[in-house]
Amino acid sequence: MSAAGVLTGAGFSTPFDVIGALDVGLLVLLLLVGVAIINERKIFVVVMLGGVYSLLSAAFFVTMDAVDVAFTEAAVGAGISTVLQLGALLLTAREARKSPPGRRWGPLLVVFAVGATLMYATADMPSFGDPESAANAYVGRAYLVRTPQEVEVPNVVTAVLASYRGYDTFGETVVIFTAGLGVMLLLGLRNPRERARDQLRKKRQARRIDRGQDRSEESDG
Amino acid sequence: MNSQYHLVLRVVSKVLIPVIALFALYVQFHGDFGPGGGFQAGVILAVSVILYALVFGVDEARRAIPTWLVRSGCAVGVLLYGGVGVTGWLKGGYFLDYDVLNPDMSHHAGQHLGIMLVELGVLTTVASVMVAIFFAFAGRAPDIPDEEW
Repeated sequence: MSAAGVLTGAGFSTPFDVIGALDVGLLVLLLLVGVAIINERKIFVVVMLGGVYSLLSAAFFVTMDAVDVAFTEAAVGAGISTVLQLGALLLTAREARKSPPGRRWGPLLVVFAVGATLMYATADMPSFGDPESAANAYVGRAYLVRTPQEVEVPNVVTAVLASYRGYDTFGETVVIFTAGLGVMLLLGLRNPRERARDQLRKKRQARRIDRGQDRSEESDG
Repeated sequence: MNSQYHLVLRVVSKVLIPVIALFALYVQFHGDFGPGGGFQAGVILAVSVILYALVFGVDEARRAIPTWLVRSGCAVGVLLYGGVGVTGWLKGGYFLDYDVLNPDMSHHAGQHLGIMLVELGVLTTVASVMVAIFFAFAGRAPDIPDEEW
């Protein structure tokens, strides 16, 4: 059942299946962007198309009523990732090398094999919005039922994320902290000018210049 | 970036950056009622700093948001989150048990307080780490040359 089917079941009726048409349109656009990314050699264009892909997926998540996921995808996928990839791009080559034609068949085969497996697996998926599906039936329903009494927060997602699953979110925060720590340890946070100034200062201290002279030299450095 | 170019970009971003930061705070404190929360708000807050750095240069951004603030922000957020958990212990509950934070059980004030503090910790860490990663990468490369825009 499509998202539109659920909506019509809830009393919505439109002469034309708007959500269904949107879904098809967005998926076609996602496919086109994906093909364009594969064919593109300029990395700048690839990064920008990656941002477009994220934004399209965010729109697709909205049509599936997953606004929280869509919000995160738009902010992280289309926003931060694109900017970070642009920053990394400045440190590397601007164009990707063309792979030799003979080497493309293996990866293509893998792509088709994985795609076929996923298509086969979708047959076993519960239909969209099915209240009896595993994700909605057991603990998911318990959260929906208990949140108004136990946490009294209108947004159940927030209640699950920050209260019921507070341990997990703590772990996620630590993961982000660790990622930042790793980047800071590897690349350093200070800008090159500051670093050069610090090295100069250290060199001066090693030379044991007396205090007054040290201060006057620092002020003009 | 050279100051004589991109007049429209500079003017528009000067107007937009405060609005983006304000929207981040809206997402943060409205997370209980609508979509949003610390992760999204932190990213949006970081975006406002990154946009500033992209348009006015990384050095200017470093002057506005000093390095020590970014570096300590990463740790302060995690400490705030963990601190809420440890406070639960000290008040006789479990780790991250918000109910003991406030005795007013009829309105679940403890839950609301705990969620707010925890989300604040997430906001601080996420925003600081995103800005830190951007600074670390952008500090190594020269400013984007104008012909590459």
